[in-house]
Amino acid sequence: MPRLASHPDEVKVLSRRFGQGAANIDKYLELDGYQAVQKAIAEGPDWIINTMKTSGLRGRGGAGFPTGMKWSFVPKVSEKPKYILVNGDESEPGTCKDHLIFREDPHSIIEGAMIAGLSVGAKMGFIYLRGEYRYLLNIMEKAVADAYARGFLGKNIFGNQGVDFDIITQTGAGAYEVGEESALMESLEGKRGVPRIRPPFPAVVGLYGGPTVINNAETIANAPHILLMGGEAYAKLGTERNGGTRLFGISGHVERPGVYELPMGYSLRKAIYEVAGGVRGGKKLKAVVPGGASCPVLRADEIDVGLDFDQMAKAGTMLGSGGIVVLDETVSIVEFALRTIRFYQHESCGWCIPCREGTDWIKKTLTRFHSGGGTKKDIDNVQYIAENMMGRTFCPLGDAAAMPTLGFVKKFRSEFEEYLEGVRVASPLIKITPVGANEHAGAH
Amino acid sequence: MADVTLTVDGKKITAPAGMLLLEACKAHGIEIPAFCYYPGLSLQAACRMCVVRIEKVPKLQTACTTPVAEGMVVITESPEIAQARKATLQLLLGNHPLDCPVCDAGGECELQDMTFKYGAAESFYAEPKNHREEQKWSPVVYFDRPRCILCYRCVRMCGEGMDIFALGVQNRGSSSVIAPNVPAHLSGVSSQGAELAQLDCEQCGMCIDTCPVGALTSGAYRYKTRPWEMNHTATVCTHCGDGCKTTLGVRPVTDGAEIVRGDNRDKSGINGDFLCNKGRYAFDFANHAERLTRPLMRKDGKLTPVSWDEALTYAGTRLRDLRQDRGADSIGVIGSNRTTNEENYILQKFARTVIGTNNIDHHRTADFVTLASSLQDAGTAAGKSRFASQRSLQSAAAILLVGGDPTNQAPLTAWNIRTSVRLNKARLYIANHEAIKLRRQAKAFAPVTPFGYGTFIKSLGEENDFAKAIRAEEDLVVLVGNELHGGELASLIAALPQARFALLSDYVNSRGAADMGVLPDVLPGYQPLSGSALAAEQHTPAPAGLDLLAMFDAASAGTLSALYVVGSNPVKRYGIDPAALKSTFLIVQDLFLTETAALADVVLPAANLYEKAGTVTNSYGDLQLVSKAADKSGVRSDFELIVRLAGHMGHDLQSLVPFSRGLRADMGQTRGASSGEADRHAVFLTANHLEPKLSPFDPFAILDEIQRLVPGYDRLLRLQLLSGNDQHISPAASGLTQITMTRKDLVLPSGDNLFTSGSLTRYSPMLEDVQQHQASRSSGEAAGQMASAD
Repeated sequence: MPRLASHPDEVKVLSRRFGQGAANIDKYLELDGYQAVQKAIAEGPDWIINTMKTSGLRGRGGAGFPTGMKWSFVPKVSEKPKYILVNGDESEPGTCKDHLIFREDPHSIIEGAMIAGLSVGAKMGFIYLRGEYRYLLNIMEKAVADAYARGFLGKNIFGNQGVDFDIITQTGAGAYEVGEESALMESLEGKRGVPRIRPPFPAVVGLYGGPTVINNAETIANAPHILLMGGEAYAKLGTERNGGTRLFGISGHVERPGVYELPMGYSLRKAIYEVAGGVRGGKKLKAVVPGGASCPVLRADEIDVGLDFDQMAKAGTMLGSGGIVVLDETVSIVEFALRTIRFYQHESCGWCIPCREGTDWIKKTLTRFHSGGGTKKDIDNVQYIAENMMGRTFCPLGDAAAMPTLGFVKKFRSEFEEYLEGVRVASPLIKITPVGANEHAGAH
Repeated sequence: MADVTLTVDGKKITAPAGMLLLEACKAHGIEIPAFCYYPGLSLQAACRMCVVRIEKVPKLQTACTTPVAEGMVVITESPEIAQARKATLQLLLGNHPLDCPVCDAGGECELQDMTFKYGAAESFYAEPKNHREEQKWSPVVYFDRPRCILCYRCVRMCGEGMDIFALGVQNRGSSSVIAPNVPAHLSGVSSQGAELAQLDCEQCGMCIDTCPVGALTSGAYRYKTRPWEMNHTATVCTHCGDGCKTTLGVRPVTDGAEIVRGDNRDKSGINGDFLCNKGRYAFDFANHAERLTRPLMRKDGKLTPVSWDEALTYAGTRLRDLRQDRGADSIGVIGSNRTTNEENYILQKFARTVIGTNNIDHHRTADFVTLASSLQDAGTAAGKSRFASQRSLQSAAAILLVGGDPTNQAPLTAWNIRTSVRLNKARLYIANHEAIKLRRQAKAFAPVTPFGYGTFIKSLGEENDFAKAIRAEEDLVVLVGNELHGGELASLIAALPQARFALLSDYVNSRGAADMGVLPDVLPGYQPLSGSALAAEQHTPAPAGLDLLAMFDAASAGTLSALYVVGSNPVKRYGIDPAALKSTFLIVQDLFLTETAALADVVLPAANLYEKAGTVTNSYGDLQLVSKAADKSGVRSDFELIVRLAGHMGHDLQSLVPFSRGLRADMGQTRGASSGEADRHAVFLTANHLEPKLSPFDPFAILDEIQRLVPGYDRLLRLQLLSGNDQHISPAASGLTQITMTRKDLVLPSGDNLFTSGSLTRYSPMLEDVQQHQASRSSGEAAGQMASAD
């Protein structure tokens, strides 16, 4: 359960209502709640989209697509209804930011969805909450009910004739894959959670075949703040082409783990050593997974990099979902690599061959390697499989599994080789039981 | 759509904009490998084998989902692409059993071919493969999970193609598995204490057909042979009126050649890739233990095996004597729905010229006489013949189905309708007295009361939405179920002057039997009994003969001296009292000792449709070639038997079979290599001082005569026919006055369903197994419903 933490370097835009009981609608109203949406109704769709474009806000789910541009792709006229879809299927290991928004400021998500709806002409929004976050559903549903009770949702919202917006909440059933936008839509439609072929993109053919804006919960929650403070002011908080601030969940071996709102471009080194209080117990830093488990690992000597999409890409990794996992010298990379691939192997939807089979074989090989039966050839094989998964899978999950694996094997190859010679890092992070021949085969 | 030009592997190609890159390449002879892509089914992009490099696109792209665009530059083979495909294969082979030598699909496996091409021969996984026991889902569908590569072709074929949705995917990731619709715990079927999942569906085997590997295998074929050990012969399925092309895999056995497999290997013909349960599996009747292989004669009241010579001599002499003593019109002939056009033609010629009577009929499963007479002077619809072909279903903008249930009665028709609705946005209208399954594809459904089709036809002229929509359709094909006949059929045709028509019938050559004049009141091509060139040339008798029921009435009355039944079981079908035939000399030619054959004085064991050559005409009038695939020693084709019988009656064979002026020599298509048929014919030819090329047993000599004398068949192209292509026949005889059937029950739909095929049903163990399987499924369902009602 993420704790509310704070640090002077934080720039609180999105998180400014955290810890103040804003889940209560009156409290939310007191803290400028539902101001932005009324302004949006008054100013109209073009103004909303322009403001969003100026703000430089980029998708907080991990891909970093400019939000204003995404909204502008939705066709003005559509035979089918348009939809707003809030992706709250926060499942990337190391990531716990949306969780806080749902818990501390649920109305900002409702308001953001309404603004997105106004901008593209959608009258219906869906909030899709991760299955494991079912305990947040009560909070979210209460917020929605309160908003309906006040006439903020439903027909003629805020007394504006002909302006309607409805919201439906839905939870997932425990699949990481459903965090992928098209798989999420399949899931929401009641189907098997596998991704769709694109094009057509959701902005043209999305949920139930209608044009759909699908945004990460954090992205959506930013919209009201941006409209209130102005696009330029928001953009100025960050770096070039990386407007504003974002929530970073810093976890692992740090003194003060937590979710911090830092300006885009903030130094990763400072985030670890100042904001999060440095490596726990004064240990040596070994590695950092900078943006959720799918991002290639950074060695201790690679952390002088700014936390924005472009700088991270330059450093050969990704900003991802903002989940920074800090590993100190006690961590065995072999174990960590195995732990990571176990996750992706378990979560692969099985749709395409490279991901389904690749994750499985990497896991099998690393399991044996970890239990002491490895050879040098295994390291090469793992690298070979991961290289051949990269860019070849149906959806990004394959890349998400291959990228960290490649990072571990390439950057820490010597540790793998020493492992073969019996060198073990002192305290294992995780307890991994040997995999039986059919352990993975599921219930069938 | 406009054409675009793109460059593939340095070669400029042109393709319609929006066409998938994979298809565009295929059309230009560039093969891109794919497991999951299947033409006509939804796109998957799951196997990642079809990846290609497109200029200016960072990643490799799947050719199966990329539409072609102007100026696109594509590379389909390069070291990078070969490596990508090889790696995918390596990943698949990691868990796939490498036992190709014993796999049922070995030799015709796409994974094997791809591995051969990309050389993923090196195996570097140390971990054991995940093994699972094979599952039997139904008598005809087996699933071997480790071999499955999860291309989802079967799932889509079953859902999109067949509209059954009996297959799905369970679990996820590397545990994903194709699963049938009756889960183990609900199936009520178990083996060695384990409950077994079952498949409740139409048992068409399309899933097996589309499976690129050996994961889904056919209960009728599996582990019987290797694909390269069979000879493959393309012919036509005997079972329903759709006339699907089928490729029979045949191998030599001690008494001829047996069929081990049926599929439509080359995906050609009117059925493309489609075959139903019967077309795929129901050939096993040919080797049933009760198959007749020796002629039988009644001696001391008992049917006793005799030599061919004795049987034919006796039958021929008796027929000749009875004709002399009691007159030609005391003899009747009954033809078949399953014999070839040539056999039907020669049978009616036998009746009309050798015996000299019009007493010839067959079990009519549909009223083709009314169809022909109603359409004879009806001109054209939008420049097209008003006889619709099977292929017209694939292109018509709208289809109206009045009566009938193609899903059960004519599976290919149902497939074509579904495909056309799904892929061509064809509009389907249905009027039926039952909520038939095709209703799910229909734009509008008009419920009709049983026997209420007359009222429905009247309503087509009224101001209701259904009628208005139908009248507004300009490109309309009307399919008529065979419960409509006579006046109803004629008034339906009159009510829709803009439409093309087809009439559903029940067996492979039901239409052919009618076209060939196996009828008492019309000559071949529905020509009147007198006045035609055919009548003049052959001096056919002028008065109409007895119909099938009248023949049995005459037999009861003692006025029918002899009856010659070819490939038909009227005693069972029409519920004839066996006593009616006690004073009639009965010759029956059949595969089995049917109810009718059991009453015969002479029984002649006949070849089935898979054991002979000739042509057949399906319900729609599509003419196709039948080639000899299997062989059974001891049996003879109906054609040969009719000729032999005429010979034994003392008839001049030259006038029956114009073999001396054969336009095409029979190049051996009609003779099997291993049954001794060729030798037998050679003996006859030598004895009669005939050239080997001029055989009276050559059905193609009769095809020449059909082409010369039968309206509609005069336009067929022999080269097309011999190439295995279908040709549409529109009988164009005119001057036929509407023939009123004296007895409505002359047209008797057989009521066959997906798993029955007239008298053949009980001689096919496969069909019996499947029927039992389906019965246990539906009783299981009923039990489940009762349980839930509690």
